[in-house]
Amino acid sequence: MSNPTATAEHTEPLTAEDKQLVRPPLVLNERTMGWISTYISSIVEGKTPTWWYASMAFTVPLTLVCLALLAYLISTGVGVWGNNHPVGWAWDITNFVFWIGIGHAGTLISAILFLTRQKWRTSINRAAEAMTLFAVVCAGIYPALHVGRVWMAWFLAPVPNANAIWQNFRSPLLWDVFAVSTYFTVSVLFWYTGLIPDLATLRDRCKTKIRKFIYGVLALGWRGGNRQWRHYEMAYLILAGLSTPLVLSVHSVVSFDFATSVVPGWHTTIFPPYFVAGAIFGGFAMVLTIMIPACAIYKPLHDLVTVNHVDKMCKIILLTGSIVGYAYLMELFIAWYGANPYERAAFWYRAFGPYWWAYWSMMFCNVIAPQFFWFKFFRTHLVWVWIIVQFPNAGMWFERFVIIATTLARDFTPSAWGMFHPTWVDVCTFVGTFGLFGTLFLLFIRYLPMICMFEVKAVLPEADPHHGEAHH
Amino acid sequence: MNAVGNTSAPVYGIAAEFQCARDLYHAAEKIRDAGFQKWDVFSPFPIHGMDEAMGMKRSILGKLVFIGGLTGFLTAVTMEFGTSSFLYPLIVAGKPTNLFTVPAFFPVMFELTILLSAFTAVFGMLILNGLPRLNHELFNWDRFKLVTEDKFFVAIEANDPKFSSRSVSDFLESLGGTNITTIHGD
Repeated sequence: MSNPTATAEHTEPLTAEDKQLVRPPLVLNERTMGWISTYISSIVEGKTPTWWYASMAFTVPLTLVCLALLAYLISTGVGVWGNNHPVGWAWDITNFVFWIGIGHAGTLISAILFLTRQKWRTSINRAAEAMTLFAVVCAGIYPALHVGRVWMAWFLAPVPNANAIWQNFRSPLLWDVFAVSTYFTVSVLFWYTGLIPDLATLRDRCKTKIRKFIYGVLALGWRGGNRQWRHYEMAYLILAGLSTPLVLSVHSVVSFDFATSVVPGWHTTIFPPYFVAGAIFGGFAMVLTIMIPACAIYKPLHDLVTVNHVDKMCKIILLTGSIVGYAYLMELFIAWYGANPYERAAFWYRAFGPYWWAYWSMMFCNVIAPQFFWFKFFRTHLVWVWIIVQFPNAGMWFERFVIIATTLARDFTPSAWGMFHPTWVDVCTFVGTFGLFGTLFLLFIRYLPMICMFEVKAVLPEADPHHGEAHH
Repeated sequence: MNAVGNTSAPVYGIAAEFQCARDLYHAAEKIRDAGFQKWDVFSPFPIHGMDEAMGMKRSILGKLVFIGGLTGFLTAVTMEFGTSSFLYPLIVAGKPTNLFTVPAFFPVMFELTILLSAFTAVFGMLILNGLPRLNHELFNWDRFKLVTEDKFFVAIEANDPKFSSRSVSDFLESLGGTNITTIHGD
């Protein structure tokens, strides 16, 4: 009975039917559990590399620019931004929707792919969830600051006040407050819950007293007993189940900010699914933008984040990009078919009005560029992948700019038309948020395990309690 | 047999090391069949099917989360109708302030249901697990640090009704456990 097709997972000979069921390994080069802990922890434990300082030297000043300009905005007023009649929402809300959309891929990877048993997610979910948090931090700046008098922002919270007036719970702007704050809170809880066993790994490997204290406190005394794991796994499953409708609701609620208005170009029922698909599209592009360089620096990570992972993410980008492209075309069709002259005009001005360049940039970046991912060559060559995903990154920003600025610049009466021009404060604040995002991500890479160690160990073949036994 | 911790302190239990998930799984089945109550298996990752191998029921966390979610939902209902229908009815665009306005109240109800469910899931899990707890008798054993890396352990506690140090250590050895150690408190 010597059959050459016996594999590590199935030591007994395989029938032709079995052979089709054997999946490619999720972790390459037969890495062991010990290697996974040692390598991932060594990134955190080793000496701070030079590239890290070099990157921080770039991102920290940008962060400071962002913070300084926010201080300037608060001390002077929102007039330092270019928002004015008729474009009252401009770069602020564009950037808000841009950043919050990026966050959605992290939740998709951690929650939806978990519920659908996509085990390949284990090696990318930690970094993607971190990206979610940092993107939501960047997003949160804009709605909080665009209210003008920031010290009055507490009016958003339903607390008794001297005027005895309460919030308008029928307003999508208030829904947004609840949706985004819930999203951030639940994302933090989900991320931290996932970190606990890995923080325990770091705690148990610590050499110095200070590190032992910090990681010891953060790990909350995790011992890895099955009496803990069973509640832990249940909590993780429930959080995934909660995050799945949550992530779909957040971008739907964001789209309600537009869709519940009567402005032509915004008042459409297609917005919620189209926003959600766009968010996942842009978010996966950002995950790849970050993970490809991270794995290029830490080369052994290619055994965990394999080309197969990149290939799958590219396919998701292709799928969601095509959904977005379909939505763009459907919007145009409905604008024509709906026979509303204002709606038709709105879309005419998007494509051929003063912001035509933004519309066609959006079309090229979001609809044309991802079509390269039909070809396996472009999905599996990391340099090409990295170049191509820059188009969705930029395109999704253009999409939000097109939706917001072109619509407001050309509404019902020509006497109310006007253009939006960003100020230097607009531009530098936005660039500064990338610095903030980068700084937070670099801190994360340096001080926390970038890959979810315990979950990767659990997808190794030897993690199966029946590994090596005859299967039935 | 080795002993760790303060040997004059009371014994917490006896622990043994295993080398792989499969051995731990079969050891758990045998400990369960031997009728022990106060014991646990420790692993670097959750092992599929271990709950059955240990004879444990499904976690009750789901039920707690249902209560938490219901609390969130009722909070939103009270907050929205309480303020918008009773305390200060605010008529915007001629929309109703009575029950007919419920579709517009739905998003906040949904978000608060999710929020309180998530809080219950995380903090409920920590409470059920007795965490945060920064010290534990098992941490006195240096080898136990490998549980978060690639080793597997079994610990039978001294307050188990069937516990006796001689028989338990022999039993663990018969299951294939190595480095059998008595764990004392501090």
